[in-house]
Amino acid sequence: MPEHTETDKPERKHLSVDAYLAIAGVLTLITLVEVGVFYVPAFQAFLAPVLLTLSAAKFALVVMFYMHLKTDHRLFTMIFTLPLLLALGVAVALLFLFGVFVG
Amino acid sequence: MMSHAAAHYTSTGLDSRKMAFWAFIGSECLLFGSLISTYLVYKGRSVVGPTTHEILNIPVTSVSTFDLLMSSLAMVLALSAVERGDKIWARGWLATTALLGLVFLGFQAYEFTTFVHEGLKLDTNLFGSTFFVLTGFHGGHVAIGVLWLLTLLVRSFMGKLGPDKALNVEIAGLYWHFVDVVWIVIFTVVYLLQ
Amino acid sequence: MTSIATPASSVARRSGIWSWITTTDHKRIGILYGVTALFFFLLGGLEALIIRLQLAAPGNTLVSAETYNQLFTMHGTTMVFLAIMPLSAAFFNYIIPLQIGARDVAFPRLNAFSYWVFLFGGLLLNSSFLIGAAPNGGWFGYANLTSSQYSPGLNIDFWVIGLQVLGAASIAASINFIVTIVNLRAPGMRLMRMPVFTWMTLVTQFIILTAFPVITIALVFLMFDRFFGTNFYSVAAGGDVLLWQHLFWLFGHPEVYILILPAMGIVSEVIPTFSRKPLFGYAVIVYSGILIGIIGWGVWSHHMFATGLGPIADSVFAATTMIIAIPTGVKIFNWLATMWGGQIRFTTAMLFAIGFIAMFTIGGLSGVMHSSPPADLQQTDTYFVVAHLHYVLFGGAILGLSAGAYYWWPKITGKLLDERLGKIHFWLMMVGMNLTFFPMHFIGLLGMPRRIYTYDTELGLDTLNLLSTIGALLLGVAMIVFLVNAWRTRTNGEPAGKDPWGGAGLEWAIASPPPVYNFSVMPEVVSRLPLWSTREMKPIPDVPPEPVHVPGGSFWPVVAALGILLLGIGALLQALPVVIGGGAVLFVSVYAWAFEPFEM
Repeated sequence: MPEHTETDKPERKHLSVDAYLAIAGVLTLITLVEVGVFYVPAFQAFLAPVLLTLSAAKFALVVMFYMHLKTDHRLFTMIFTLPLLLALGVAVALLFLFGVFVG
Repeated sequence: MMSHAAAHYTSTGLDSRKMAFWAFIGSECLLFGSLISTYLVYKGRSVVGPTTHEILNIPVTSVSTFDLLMSSLAMVLALSAVERGDKIWARGWLATTALLGLVFLGFQAYEFTTFVHEGLKLDTNLFGSTFFVLTGFHGGHVAIGVLWLLTLLVRSFMGKLGPDKALNVEIAGLYWHFVDVVWIVIFTVVYLLQ
Repeated sequence: MTSIATPASSVARRSGIWSWITTTDHKRIGILYGVTALFFFLLGGLEALIIRLQLAAPGNTLVSAETYNQLFTMHGTTMVFLAIMPLSAAFFNYIIPLQIGARDVAFPRLNAFSYWVFLFGGLLLNSSFLIGAAPNGGWFGYANLTSSQYSPGLNIDFWVIGLQVLGAASIAASINFIVTIVNLRAPGMRLMRMPVFTWMTLVTQFIILTAFPVITIALVFLMFDRFFGTNFYSVAAGGDVLLWQHLFWLFGHPEVYILILPAMGIVSEVIPTFSRKPLFGYAVIVYSGILIGIIGWGVWSHHMFATGLGPIADSVFAATTMIIAIPTGVKIFNWLATMWGGQIRFTTAMLFAIGFIAMFTIGGLSGVMHSSPPADLQQTDTYFVVAHLHYVLFGGAILGLSAGAYYWWPKITGKLLDERLGKIHFWLMMVGMNLTFFPMHFIGLLGMPRRIYTYDTELGLDTLNLLSTIGALLLGVAMIVFLVNAWRTRTNGEPAGKDPWGGAGLEWAIASPPPVYNFSVMPEVVSRLPLWSTREMKPIPDVPPEPVHVPGGSFWPVVAALGILLLGIGALLQALPVVIGGGAVLFVSVYAWAFEPFEM
């Protein structure tokens, strides 16, 4: 079994500067949409799902591309995702337990 | 001959410091998760005092949110520059990231003092307590991040931030982006979903 | 501060207090944890003895109600955070690198830092006794008893700050051990070839990593309420005291798995060795441990069945609590199956491991009795719970850790503990433990609540309480026997050699105690049981064929820990200059640490 050393850096496909800028553009766009949606009365009824989806998209973009999770070794994704899912689960459970979802 | 190869051996081929930092970020998910959960659970239950509708300033906070997003861009460009060995742009982008971070902190300071003047303090009501502790913890994290970035900037000026030190910048970037990502959640959950 | 290890130089440089204060060697840090934890265990035991003496007779006046509250609070807090966790940490530190074939942990200075922060946190917490203001709100500090309105003194402040300091140590250590286990295994040691103790440690560290931030926030809220008048647990402001209970038990339940999994790991090592048989169902035991860690996050409100959560919440948590009994039971059957058909040697370590299985099973059974909300309504807050928790924590964790002590003592010290005294220790423990805690099942069901400093003879529980106290005294004697054994074998103990028990793991392939660099060459692992396998591992030379690089130590970890201590003291005294001073010390030491030349 070959020895791994620090010199064997796994080849990471680095995003180009243009790609980073494009992602920044998308992030800005999404933020504008979020704020816009907030001000549009028609959206008030389903503000939560729309906004949560939009910010989840921003979250994913930053984590996958700026933090390189998408191109890095899967292990890092596992180390991050497990506690993240736990935190989400705990938050949802607490919301239920404190009756936030009830009427 | 030193057994350095043995000393740097890893089972996964991945850097231990980077792995450690992702583990730390994992624990931070629970830290901020608890703070945000508490905010959500207590939303709308304040008995007295100003609440979200009366006091949160969406336009101003949208600007500060945009500022923090752009700081993430600056950070990722800084890492790129360090990896290329481009000293000028490395210093430029590191300084920009730190500056944008300071701007964000400025916005926070402005917001906090405005709120206090408008009658919302830490101890005023549930909203004051949950809001200030949540955003205060976040701001504290940003402040530490700014110090970290300035340290890297100084190291760069000392000629000690070459491409071989790119991992240090990458890890600082992981911290910075995570702090940004937490703000993405806070902006939505506290400001937009009032 | 690095050097090349040769036998002579490594001995010379490593004596004296300074070498211990600056050590970054996992073996020394393990010993520091072990000795400190043992001291706190005895302190917690003393607190328990005084509690039992007070309860030996009805209407007793040995201690006042106020003192009693401090005693049971500190007993619980000490045993959980200053005894069991650090005793486990002693074994994590000493044994894990040896089991995975590494020279040290991933971050040796961070490792030292964790120890010093633990020591200072424990001292800070216990210094409260010096001013008669030890924490008195129970080890779980329920709001709003702990508010400044109902607990105006410094007691709860000590608790809140002490625990936050200790939490920092634990989280730092969890990061260290996760990276160590994932990244520093010797070539050929795939994850499913790791010893079960290493696996259980890995799961435990993930639980620590995720659970401690939650109690940190709970404590931050309490601290802010007490110091800055926030409203997190203020009913008048619309807050909910149950928020504390949820946050606390979200941490608190995973915490009990933090307390038990390492002991289960130890038992999974000891039983195969002294049955001369590989562990039955290794993979299943590993997966069960992982499942326990995950499901353990889903049961917390079973501590809150009496708070009016409603039928849906009660049912959900009852179900998850019953489900978690399954992986636990699986492990028990696998241990028994390991012994079945094996060549059993009843060494003291083995006796403790078997004792663990029996006592933990009893504790598990009373636990399952708690999982039913209607039944729990009678049991909760009574001595029935005290019986349950002590069967799993004393009968479980402590017996398991004791097995580990007898098992790995020869590896750590080079000498075997005396087996005769060991067996006396074991039997005194078993009799004492059962005499102390078994009556509590009845005491509780017959109506005696927890946390009362005295009781009326009309309850009819005088005799049972007295029996329990006698049991506690026996436990004290048992500990004295152990201490005598430890002391005498320092000089008179039988030399152990590399492998006194015929164990299977890598730790038995090297000298006892191991050389400072552990392995003279990187072991190449070809099976799960390196020393038992027919596919033989290349023997590890006694002397390194090439010079081995050994880090020399650093004082920044202890200085950083001092900074944190000062922060804590400043917060306690509400003295801003001290807080700022502590912050400055921490700040400087972090920078010095980051830029000091230190090579693993």
